Amino acid sequence: MRALVAMSGGVDSSVAAALMKEQGWEVMGVTMKLWQGPAGEAPTAGCCTVSDAEDARRVAARLDIPYYVWDYTEEFMSGVVDGFVDDYLTGRTPNPCVECNRTIKFSRLLAHADALDYDVVVTGHYARVTSDGGRYRLWRGVDTGKDQSYVLSMLGQDQLAHLHFPVGDLTKDQTRRIAASLGIRTAYKPDSQDICFVGQRSYREFLASQGVVSIQGPIVHRDGRLLGIHHGITNYTIGQRRGLGVAVGEALYVTDIDSGSGVVTVGDRKDLEVDEVTVENMSWVDRPVAGALLAQYRAHGRAVPAEISLEEELTIVRFGEPQEALARGQTLALYLNEEVVGGGIIRTTA
Amino acid sequence: MLYLDHAASSPLRPEVWAAIEPFRNDVYGNPSGSHAVSRQAKNAIEDARDLIASLINADPREIVFTGGGSESDNQAIKGRAFSGGRRGAIVTSPTEHDAVLGSAEYCGSFGSAVAFAKVTVDGLVDPAEVASHVTADTAVVSIMMGNNETGVRLPVEEVAAAVKAANPAAIVHTDAVQGYVSERVDVDVLGVDLLSLAAHKFGGPKGVGLLYVRSGTRLAPLVHGGGQELGRRSGTHNVMAIVGMAAAMAALEEDRAGFRARVMGERDAFEARLAGLVPDLVVTGAGAPRMVQTSHVRLPAIRNEMLLVRLDRAGLAASAASACQSGAATVSHVLEAMGMTPALARECLRFSFGWSTAEGEGARAARLVADEAGALR
Repeated sequence: MRALVAMSGGVDSSVAAALMKEQGWEVMGVTMKLWQGPAGEAPTAGCCTVSDAEDARRVAARLDIPYYVWDYTEEFMSGVVDGFVDDYLTGRTPNPCVECNRTIKFSRLLAHADALDYDVVVTGHYARVTSDGGRYRLWRGVDTGKDQSYVLSMLGQDQLAHLHFPVGDLTKDQTRRIAASLGIRTAYKPDSQDICFVGQRSYREFLASQGVVSIQGPIVHRDGRLLGIHHGITNYTIGQRRGLGVAVGEALYVTDIDSGSGVVTVGDRKDLEVDEVTVENMSWVDRPVAGALLAQYRAHGRAVPAEISLEEELTIVRFGEPQEALARGQTLALYLNEEVVGGGIIRTTA
Repeated sequence: MLYLDHAASSPLRPEVWAAIEPFRNDVYGNPSGSHAVSRQAKNAIEDARDLIASLINADPREIVFTGGGSESDNQAIKGRAFSGGRRGAIVTSPTEHDAVLGSAEYCGSFGSAVAFAKVTVDGLVDPAEVASHVTADTAVVSIMMGNNETGVRLPVEEVAAAVKAANPAAIVHTDAVQGYVSERVDVDVLGVDLLSLAAHKFGGPKGVGLLYVRSGTRLAPLVHGGGQELGRRSGTHNVMAIVGMAAAMAALEEDRAGFRARVMGERDAFEARLAGLVPDLVVTGAGAPRMVQTSHVRLPAIRNEMLLVRLDRAGLAASAASACQSGAATVSHVLEAMGMTPALARECLRFSFGWSTAEGEGARAARLVADEAGALR
């Protein structure tokens, strides 16, 4: 049985490769090159750096497995970065990691693995897959602090049948200890925190570097007061408090961004509260589920009780208690206890 | 193992092993010293220089040893552009090796004017069009002899003549790193003033090369220091590698006719067999003269990265010809310059044959490529 391990050069995917090899799989390592900076400048932060590929290459050599770097820069640009920019231009808050998983890792890479007769694709995500009478189920990782099931909530049966997440059964400490015991050189490499193509810049600096110019407009209080003029809606996200560019005595938060008119609306903290969201592009791990579930709308946020009702195109999520600062464009994942039920993109908030 | 990536690097010829044997223990001196131990090393590199010069019809003083093809190209372009404290103009083509293009771009950042000749869909340049870019400020014109990706043989002789006709003082450089592998180089026949070679492409050691510098050609050195190579390239000589390069060149010249016949036979058999098995196969540069050792082909609807993995697994080493530092196949600037879209460029692979290619390997490789491509379709 053959396993293609997506190796980022970090400790999690390195250990994933080692574990698959230990379990007797015929393993191949692949680093996906997703992004490249301006000509002559290798990215220096996040994933996809030459030095990360070198780390992965050295780990693969140590494990004695074939290793390749595959270029997905064009697909990444059209499938992830363009959408990221577009989301900000339309007043949404994107999650590029989810988009990358959806459009590249668990579609293109999976297809390429299949074309090369690999049975499974393996990643270093902290999540678990089990199979139950021919149906695949997706669970949170054992390490609740590192759990990454949120960014996998778009996976369905066809994909889960060909996916392994070997470190999902481990805590991060265990992963690092295994790496150290195997002499893997990335054992104590810090976790990457940044969006890989944005790096250590702010997303605003990234948008500027891409020549993105967004429309200017007024900053208006919910009570109707005109508070000032802003220099582009892409400088704002829902829930933002700092850097609003208005000087008033009270603490204010962005509550709405209208990309059509360019109006940024601000209000008090309680104005951020949302009782209900509609979710589009919903994907179900097995089949649609309604009723009482848990909903999570940030990668490392809390899952909160919600009542789910299904309509033709949309899924309505009504929270048990009002939630703060949900934004259009964010991914919402649904859970039944520790099990992922599905995920989609927030379309409207109310 | 079927090794068809000689354009990336070729194994050492046995003659090289024999030539460098004394340097394992006995000959260890610094050639720049004055005592007997040093003289031994100095003699070795000067013998190598004499031999090499005779093989390319040069004067020994016109040979500058370098750390390889990229350094030679850098030295030629930057050395000319910056010679005499100027920021001289550069004429080149978009299908040149990155060592030439990168050097030109670098000089451009200091104010050198950089002009690019037009390239046809077959990867050729028109000598008159190249010459039309030459001005009184032109410090160097650089057009390669054979393209490292496609194998297309460019009309360097005609380019040199056209450039000299336009401006007799203009200096012509050619990157002959690939061209020399299959074709004899006579610097007077080519009519060039500067010429780059890299030893490991023709069975010599890696990390050594040379720049031919026609007598009277002014160059600003890249590496300053102890003044070795008549001040043109400082740094203690890599004696063993230089001796090995000379031995590889001698072996290559000895074997020139046989090499061409064998390699072309295998390359042609490969292409003929593959075209039979993959009817929609497209040979790059088919309408242009090509070097005998290279086959650059496009297999429609096959992503080259995927096929390379299958070939690697099946024991055939080939390449996508253009890779970034991480090892990922990138869309080739050469193919782009020839008008190919990125999507088509991703369907291209390079198979390159060399001195160690055995009879029948071309046909065997073709069957393997067809099988593995078939599995992907």
